Amino acid sequence: MSNTCANCADAQVKAQKLDEIVAKYKDTRGALIPVLHEAQEVYGYLPLEVQRVIAEKLNIPLAEVYGVVSFYTQFSIYPKGQYQINVCMGTACYVKGANEVLDKFRTRLSIDVGECTEDGKFSLEACRCIGACGLAPVVTINDEVYGKLTADDVDGILDDYEAR
Amino acid sequence: MNKVNITIDGIKLYVPANYTILEAAKEVSINIPTLCFLKDVNEIGCCRMCLVEVKGSSALQAACVHPVKEGMEVFTHTPKVMEARKVNLELILSNHNASCQTCTRSWMDCELQALANKLSVDMVRFEGENKKLPLDVGVSIVRDPNKCILCRRCVSACKNIQTVGVIDMVNRGFNTQVGSPFGMPLAETPCVNCGQCINYCPVGALHEKDDIDKVWEAIYDPTKHVVVQTAPAVRVALGEDFGMPIGTPVTGKMVTALRMLGVDKVFDTDTGADLTIMEEVAELIDRVRGGGKLPLITSCSPGWIKFCEHNFPEMLDNVSSCKSPQQMFGSILKSYYAEKNDIDPKDVFVVSVMPCTAKKFEAARPEMEVDGIRDVDVVLTTRELGKMIYDIGIDFPDLGDSDFDNPFGNATGAGVIFGATGGVMEAALRTAADLLTGISADNIEYEPVRGLEGIKVATVQAGDLTLRAAVAHGLGNARKLMEKIESGEEEFHFVEIMACPGGCVNGGGQPLQLSDVRSWTDVRAERAKGLYTEDRGTFIRKSHNNPAVKKLYKEYLGMAGGSRAHQLLHTHYEARGNYED
Repeated sequence: MSNTCANCADAQVKAQKLDEIVAKYKDTRGALIPVLHEAQEVYGYLPLEVQRVIAEKLNIPLAEVYGVVSFYTQFSIYPKGQYQINVCMGTACYVKGANEVLDKFRTRLSIDVGECTEDGKFSLEACRCIGACGLAPVVTINDEVYGKLTADDVDGILDDYEAR
Repeated sequence: MNKVNITIDGIKLYVPANYTILEAAKEVSINIPTLCFLKDVNEIGCCRMCLVEVKGSSALQAACVHPVKEGMEVFTHTPKVMEARKVNLELILSNHNASCQTCTRSWMDCELQALANKLSVDMVRFEGENKKLPLDVGVSIVRDPNKCILCRRCVSACKNIQTVGVIDMVNRGFNTQVGSPFGMPLAETPCVNCGQCINYCPVGALHEKDDIDKVWEAIYDPTKHVVVQTAPAVRVALGEDFGMPIGTPVTGKMVTALRMLGVDKVFDTDTGADLTIMEEVAELIDRVRGGGKLPLITSCSPGWIKFCEHNFPEMLDNVSSCKSPQQMFGSILKSYYAEKNDIDPKDVFVVSVMPCTAKKFEAARPEMEVDGIRDVDVVLTTRELGKMIYDIGIDFPDLGDSDFDNPFGNATGAGVIFGATGGVMEAALRTAADLLTGISADNIEYEPVRGLEGIKVATVQAGDLTLRAAVAHGLGNARKLMEKIESGEEEFHFVEIMACPGGCVNGGGQPLQLSDVRSWTDVRAERAKGLYTEDRGTFIRKSHNNPAVKKLYKEYLGMAGGSRAHQLLHTHYEARGNYED
């Protein structure tokens, strides 16, 4: 199709990759989790359309697929933002006030944990200990690490990313 | 069979090696408490109510899943066991929305409440999280996640028995709940409204959409002529709501009670069933003789119809175009009956009492009307009728018997057995055999299509035709049979499918039997027995001999399968997607 738009072409490529993934695991018992992992690598998240294809091709009820996706924090049903914010909720960060930092991100961006801002710029996650307890409370944004944060630091950091 | 020696509470037993501790204890009349357990449906040991001590094992074991072993010593009521059960139950109770006074299970038995009583829980020592999650209210089914105790019985019924699988465990930890994908209401999923989930729920987390008030309103509206029709399976189950033994036929008492409610006429849906047979057999003979699409598949079960629309859309042409008995009868009541009795069809208010939750959805389908007049106005489940009778203080078991009203009160044995799996097939074969041979057959009991085997197959000679017939009940069995038909592995002329295991007698609207009973008694068989007994006791046992039906065709419909019959008694289906927008 010569007049296919860039987005549609991208969607077709992804759909084809998803088909390949499912085909690879079709006859393997217990294949759901690896399939979900690989599908998330392709799409960045696991929306209804993707889960529906997986359910149908693996012959597993969609409710079960969704049950597994919603059980593991690793899987997301929301798209990831250009900047993925991870607030560490490990014990050390938690006692040092990670909760307030997380709340500040929530209110400033008007999104909940697991969600993405409408402009696709930021997504917010609360994660388990990332092993940087000396810097508690700690936040990562993509590959950058921010340590010893307070809620008051959040505005400055986000202003910086907004300006990029 | 391999057997092993074990000891339970000092009692020596010699039991089959494949028994669980729970089953073994049952042999010596020890009922270990259970909550999530339901034999053959949910055997996963997740609620931890059936904990017992097994000598040599450091942890307590779940009796419902722990297999017996040679020399095993089990203790079912040590202080350690009793305290563990109690703590676990208190933890479940601490999260439960215990609004017992207003709960649908308050007049029936609640398994959770019964268990709290049994374990002598006099206080809940923990303060749990009581969420206020929204209810999912559909046309047929209501889900209240706040009352759910996460036993997973409904999930198993939906996924494993019915292979519908629209609910499962979602989220994690304190947020765990039984839910549908992406939190959709059931109405947006391929749920078929069969209500088997309700039959297995131990608490008030699942129940039918309550339509009782609409019926009272019509009864007290002087402009309405309220006509009730009752399905065959209702009469062998309604008594259970009043403590009568499972499967007790209460036809006469039911009619008396309905009159006491104040309705104008009480008719038997069996007349609708007889009509269905007339139309369906005409369709069958037409397709067999005329080279039409085969097999012809029955269309009485609305759960099955929606299942087919979602899962086998390419086979919809095989499904009989006949409306179900409920809808056929509703349509006749609003046309022929209204005309005969000089009542404006708009004032005829048809209430169906059905063993079924999917019938509510069926009656609400947009196409179920003729000239803008709905076939059926309200559908009540057997449970809802029980509730109405209970509410106004009628002592049901003490009632005398009454007969249905005429002209639609003398249905046939063929109509009665519609309520059991294989019944529609048998009724159709009785009529087909006579119509094809022109001789009234004496031998009319078709044993091969009776009983509880998942898929039943029979070859029947009817005149010059050799008919291959198949019967499936429960949607898991239906799926297997349909796949065989679709692949060409099996060929049939006529197929009966009922959504619920056992057929309508075990419908999602029937009186609830608690897991203690359901696990060890086949409710389906007990109720079916009642129907076959009634069939044997009827004077007329073939649909085409029903005098009211004969008269109806003569005076009004013309011939079976004719144009007027088509306008009033037939319908069409639509392919439905699976979670598509």
